[in-house]
Amino acid sequence: MPSKKALRAASVNRTRLLTVGAVLTVVGLALAIFGWSTPSLLLGGKAVLFLAGVALLFQGVNRLLQGVLGRRVDLTLWLCVGWLVAIVLAAILAPYLPLGEQNDVAKTLLEPSYTTPALLTEHPLGTNNQGLDLLARSIYGARTSLMISLLAVAVGTVVGGTIGVIAGYFRKGVDSVVGIFTNALLAVPPLILLIALSTFLDPSIRNMSLALALLTIPSMIRLARANTITFAQREFVMAARLMGATRMRVMARELVPNVILPVFSMAVVMISALIVAEASLSFLGLGIQQPDPTWGNMIAEGEGGIMEDHPHIVLVPGAFLFLTVFAFNLLGEKAQARWDTRSAKL
Amino acid sequence: MAGSGTAHMRTAAERVLVVDDMVVEFPVGRKQVVHAVSGMNLDLLPGETLGILGESGCGKSSAGRAVMQMPKPTSGRVSLGKRELTGLKVRELRGARARMQMIMQDPISSLNPRRKVRDLVAEGLAIWGYDGDDKDASIRETLEAVGLDPDVVWDRRPHELSGGQCQRVCIARALMMNPDVLICDEPVSSLDVSVQAQILNLLERTKENYDLSMIFIAHDVSVVKNISDRVMVLYLGKTCEVLPSGGLQDEALHPYTRMLISSIPGEEARAETPESPHDEVEVPLSASATELPSPLNPPSGCRFRTRCPLATDLCAAEEPVMREVGAGHFLACHHVAVPDGDAPRLTVLSDEENVAG
Amino acid sequence: MTEHVLEVDDLHTTFSTPRGLMRAVDGVSLTLGAGETLGVVGESGSGKSVLGRTIMGLISNNANTEVTGSVRIAGQDVHEMKPGARRKLWGPEVAMVFQDPMTSLNPVKKVGVHITEALRLHLGLNRKDATERAVDLLRQVFIPEPVRRMKQYPHELSGGMRQRVVIAMALACDPKLLIADEPTTALDVTVQKQILDLLATLASERNMATILVSHDLGAVAGRTDRVAVMYGGRTVETSSTSRVFANPRHPYSEALIASIPQLRDAPHTVLRAIEGAPPNMLNPPTGCRFAPRCRFAQDRCREEEPLLRDLGERDVVHRGACHFPLEIAYEGVS
Repeated sequence: MPSKKALRAASVNRTRLLTVGAVLTVVGLALAIFGWSTPSLLLGGKAVLFLAGVALLFQGVNRLLQGVLGRRVDLTLWLCVGWLVAIVLAAILAPYLPLGEQNDVAKTLLEPSYTTPALLTEHPLGTNNQGLDLLARSIYGARTSLMISLLAVAVGTVVGGTIGVIAGYFRKGVDSVVGIFTNALLAVPPLILLIALSTFLDPSIRNMSLALALLTIPSMIRLARANTITFAQREFVMAARLMGATRMRVMARELVPNVILPVFSMAVVMISALIVAEASLSFLGLGIQQPDPTWGNMIAEGEGGIMEDHPHIVLVPGAFLFLTVFAFNLLGEKAQARWDTRSAKL
Repeated sequence: MAGSGTAHMRTAAERVLVVDDMVVEFPVGRKQVVHAVSGMNLDLLPGETLGILGESGCGKSSAGRAVMQMPKPTSGRVSLGKRELTGLKVRELRGARARMQMIMQDPISSLNPRRKVRDLVAEGLAIWGYDGDDKDASIRETLEAVGLDPDVVWDRRPHELSGGQCQRVCIARALMMNPDVLICDEPVSSLDVSVQAQILNLLERTKENYDLSMIFIAHDVSVVKNISDRVMVLYLGKTCEVLPSGGLQDEALHPYTRMLISSIPGEEARAETPESPHDEVEVPLSASATELPSPLNPPSGCRFRTRCPLATDLCAAEEPVMREVGAGHFLACHHVAVPDGDAPRLTVLSDEENVAG
Repeated sequence: MTEHVLEVDDLHTTFSTPRGLMRAVDGVSLTLGAGETLGVVGESGSGKSVLGRTIMGLISNNANTEVTGSVRIAGQDVHEMKPGARRKLWGPEVAMVFQDPMTSLNPVKKVGVHITEALRLHLGLNRKDATERAVDLLRQVFIPEPVRRMKQYPHELSGGMRQRVVIAMALACDPKLLIADEPTTALDVTVQKQILDLLATLASERNMATILVSHDLGAVAGRTDRVAVMYGGRTVETSSTSRVFANPRHPYSEALIASIPQLRDAPHTVLRAIEGAPPNMLNPPTGCRFAPRCRFAQDRCREEEPLLRDLGERDVVHRGACHFPLEIAYEGVS
């Protein structure tokens, strides 16, 4: 019986959660706003106050939600989901958003360069040396980065997944050949492979995607193969064969729907790795070329002492990159915990 | 036991399944071979249930799978009706094999977790491309036949069902193929005690309603006795004893069968029947006698001799052959039930029974 | 039996899961004297394994688990103790044998190391004495050639042998209470009986209290003094083992006993199955938890929770949680 004592304990618990949560939220919010806007402190002090405020705010909201909903809420997860939805929507809708100029220098001859971020001005995140709007560039950069990495992961998943399922189901000869192929690909250092590819491929979105897809294929093959082997031993595969299913059918109808979940989780983690890879290439000047923005080449604009004077040139695209990579990583990890049978049984 | 021979085979013309000298071996590592089933003979009459009894590692599951050609046996013949399966090409086998269906031990693992019940049950139809108007009706009918309410389970997935319900879905899926033979491999051993009886009753009822012949593979003597007409006891890939299930408790003679029976908690005392106290053999608490020999390198002669209380040199030298010792009762042992009649009754006893009872 | 080795009072173990609270153990009380053997019988979800682990202190209060009520071993409340103090209890006071011997043994440690470790840690023996004692323990659990076995790795032993090693480990520090959680479920039938016999022998030799947790009624029938039948996190019936089997008063115990095929029954005997499935512990039925499956259930059973009460006549202890306890005598198993 849910004893009276337990019920009372639960309600006391809830009140406490709500009060503590509310206090933390208010204090956190106040601290964050104060830290952000106070003129009386140095940049370092402001940052510390602001971050402390955000941390308190996070704890407070977390408790409030738990108190109101009666169960634990993974706030970090929802913040990540929120960020990704926002950035993807912004990237898709970029041409229709009231943003400043992002790549046409001719139009920004009169704009001030290196304005610092100020939220309520025309350039909320500031401008670069040519007066291009950093918010607009970051969002268009997201467009490129996301497009390349999503395309690459999609290609890698489909190709790698298919090969992996076939190798895992047939084993024997097919498996050995695929094994040699994946090991060969894995033996080449990825950055060197990319630099080599970039010497004879134009840095277009399509070529970048294909080059990066090549990086994801071996790990996808391995993951799909390992999961296929696990599921192929499950008895429902045998049951299907006993009813007369062909091997094609077993793969397509029995194995793929099961293997797809862990592969998908891995794909999400991989997106973040590819965003970083793409940014590194662009940073090195091997990716999409200026004046078209990507996060990588935007960060590269800070080279040559500019960052010391105008830290926001690097910090703004850096923050976009960091948050996006962090969010994809976290999401992927959660998905893996749930769907990757090898780390957590179904 | 661990005998060979075909004395227990019948000659009736209408046998639905005949397994002839079937051998199943799996290569492991370099040159080593697991002798899972070594020369098994069995036959099945229409409407009959054959129970195959044995411990893990006795080859009973391998035998069941080899009968279904999953994978094909190393040698020997399996005939279903008038058709021999062992020689068929892959494509012909697909159809022929579907006349036999299998119920496996773990019902949850036997169902694709991504599918709904209606698709699971209809899988056989989908595989063979059947999509008539009566499809839904026959799925419903079959679900009802296995005691599931179609309206309730129709759109459920396996993880939303209990173990017993999953096993019912497996049975329904097999029935949709309209099989002649149903092979049940430990179908109740992963189920809750209170649910086992439901499934056993269901299998019994299904067998009658659908005119099935059944092979029921299990390690639990009482369960096998309950459902079978005839029981075959396996040890390390060889047949020890074949007998009508009714005689399992009192008439079984093979030392291994007796050992299995005396392992049932509560049966130790019963094994000590008053008319046979002179032949008591102690099963010691020591573990040495319990070691199952490796199927990589099975003992010569009678394979049970390393654990058998009656073993002599003869058992090591010569493999016992199946012989008839009673009506429908066959045995492969050199020592018990000598043909001239007054064989000593054998009782395998523990000295530690009922410690706390 | 005034001195109890174990006293469990109104024990609740509640897990908070993403889908709600699961009251795995929901108000269980029991006591156990030295040398006494208690069988805890139940199906999956009955809370029997969680009960064993909560008594042991392996499950205790943390972020997702709430334990209320008390477990007193040798007079000390296990859940009031600091973790360090609790660890000192494990070995000399209480030990546990788990279902799967392979997971209880570390695959890269030799058999000898497994046993001597506990001896050296708890009893402070030196290497030589510990080894001697370990060999002696292996002998006590009837492992042939104990000296050679000490140097073997777990994977070199058979399942039954491994479980014997696990039992030897549990016995190393002479516990006053042994909790065996499904000790034979992973083993072969012919080996199961030997392990159960071994446990029974060791318990009586050492005057050790034993809790045998099992889903197998037969395993419990001949080898325990008392039995507690669990269903849906609660004890539904408890009495001496022979009484429960011969004269079950709770419809669940009665139906469970009747649903098991018996060797003495003729082939094709229709079994008396219990309809339905064990309750979902995230959302257990109101009233009596067995009511939805009970042949005798009435409206009262679905509304009002039956409490565990005395059903025995005069000096017989027989407790059951049923509004309408059975009066029929069932021809017993044991």
